[in-house]
Amino acid sequence: MFKCSLTFFRRCALLLMAVSLPVFAQEAPDALIKRVSNEVLDIVKNDKAIQAGDTKRIQALVEAKVLPNFDFMRMTGLAMGREWRNATADQKTELAKEFQTLLVRSYSNALTQYKNQTLDYKPLRMQPTDTDVTVHTEVRQPGAKPIGIDYDLEKTGDAWKVYDVEIAGVSLVTNYRDTFAQEIKASGIDGLIKSLRDKNQQLAK
Amino acid sequence: MTLMRRLERSMLLVAIVILAGCATSDRRNPKDPLEPLNRKVFAFNDELDTHVLRPIATGYVNVTPLPARVGTSNFFGNLEDVWIGVNNLLQGKPGDAASDAGRFLVNSTVGILGFFDVASELGIEKHDEDFGQTLGRWGVGNGPYLVLPFFGPRTLRDTGGLIVDSYASPLGAIQDIPVRNSVRGLKVVNDRANLLGAETTLTEAALDKYSFVRDFYLKHRQSQILDGKRPKDDDDDDSMLAPLFQRVDGEGYFATRRLTSVLAKADFDRHDAVLDQRKQNDPTQ
Repeated sequence: MFKCSLTFFRRCALLLMAVSLPVFAQEAPDALIKRVSNEVLDIVKNDKAIQAGDTKRIQALVEAKVLPNFDFMRMTGLAMGREWRNATADQKTELAKEFQTLLVRSYSNALTQYKNQTLDYKPLRMQPTDTDVTVHTEVRQPGAKPIGIDYDLEKTGDAWKVYDVEIAGVSLVTNYRDTFAQEIKASGIDGLIKSLRDKNQQLAK
Repeated sequence: MTLMRRLERSMLLVAIVILAGCATSDRRNPKDPLEPLNRKVFAFNDELDTHVLRPIATGYVNVTPLPARVGTSNFFGNLEDVWIGVNNLLQGKPGDAASDAGRFLVNSTVGILGFFDVASELGIEKHDEDFGQTLGRWGVGNGPYLVLPFFGPRTLRDTGGLIVDSYASPLGAIQDIPVRNSVRGLKVVNDRANLLGAETTLTEAALDKYSFVRDFYLKHRQSQILDGKRPKDDDDDDSMLAPLFQRVDGEGYFATRRLTSVLAKADFDRHDAVLDQRKQNDPTQ
């Protein structure tokens, strides 16, 4: 009886350590990308509802697991380019919110296509003093050329945050720059916010 | 020349003549002086895809088991490796060219006519080259962005590349005409099927599908030409800088100096923007 509860206690302690480890140890950027990707892809692969195309469910998953590791303010700033400086604080918040919704929705839906691919993580060479790094990964799929996915991360405080993702050498963030500039030229920053919002509402249907 | 080939050529020719004959209209985006016409062709291609190619590709996926589709992709990929190797050689990368030749030898034999990609399993990496990239490597600029009917996004340079690629295609060596055309048709459908998932994301992510595809194409080509090595500071002010580059040609050294300082300023602006938004971030943290 006593022995049994001791084992139980040990198990609890081990479990607690395992859970709290990522919080204590400062996680390296490549380890972060690997951990989050593996977690998410494991769930995607094994969740029947997601495989059947339940978009709400996958979006919730992305919001819970992926989003906390992204710096959406910075991403929106990069997508806006020089126009970012002309936006008021309220406009910036609003832009970041809508841009985040758009990206989360479209790219979590892309995750539901994940079935036969495997992810390959390239080793990261970085100095301990680096605060801006790129983590290279590759999606391999049978019968097709591997597609490179690169994550740009910046260290803010103690945590690494992703501020850009590049697929096949193309930044998902700055690819919006011309479109955004076009919208702003036509109908101002508020016009851009409105188009983003309209697009999001149209996708939510 | 067979019907399919002739058709392909004449479609290309018609596309080029139409595009060349069209005077450049308004100069909003320096990368894309033919935007109004390009948009029309883009809409045409989109319709064609929605009503013809995508349904066929979806049907193909539904009736063909995955291993068969993978085998098909591998088979065509193996034939492409030869031309990829030639292009690597033309780009002064004999090491890569040798590895492409090795891939072709291994996959054509051990991989049973290329249906199995044994070389990749052995760690001989697949490359991605075409004649447009070779021209880019030789310093030929993009030229205006073009949307070709049937073929989709290209630049003037890549249209030239496409013509050379189509002459070099080993499928042209098949003597039996109906067989050759069927094989070509299969390749088109199989290629399209491989993109079925990607296009949903594209439609959902883009505010304006036309400019999203254009910008993606141009960046992707740039990345391909540099073999994925990216200039860390190409931070996409190139639309703004394009008129400057035109001026630089004539003025030599001083213009280059000016360009450098403008680039540096653009960089400062960017950092300013980042700083701005960090300030903006602070109260929320």
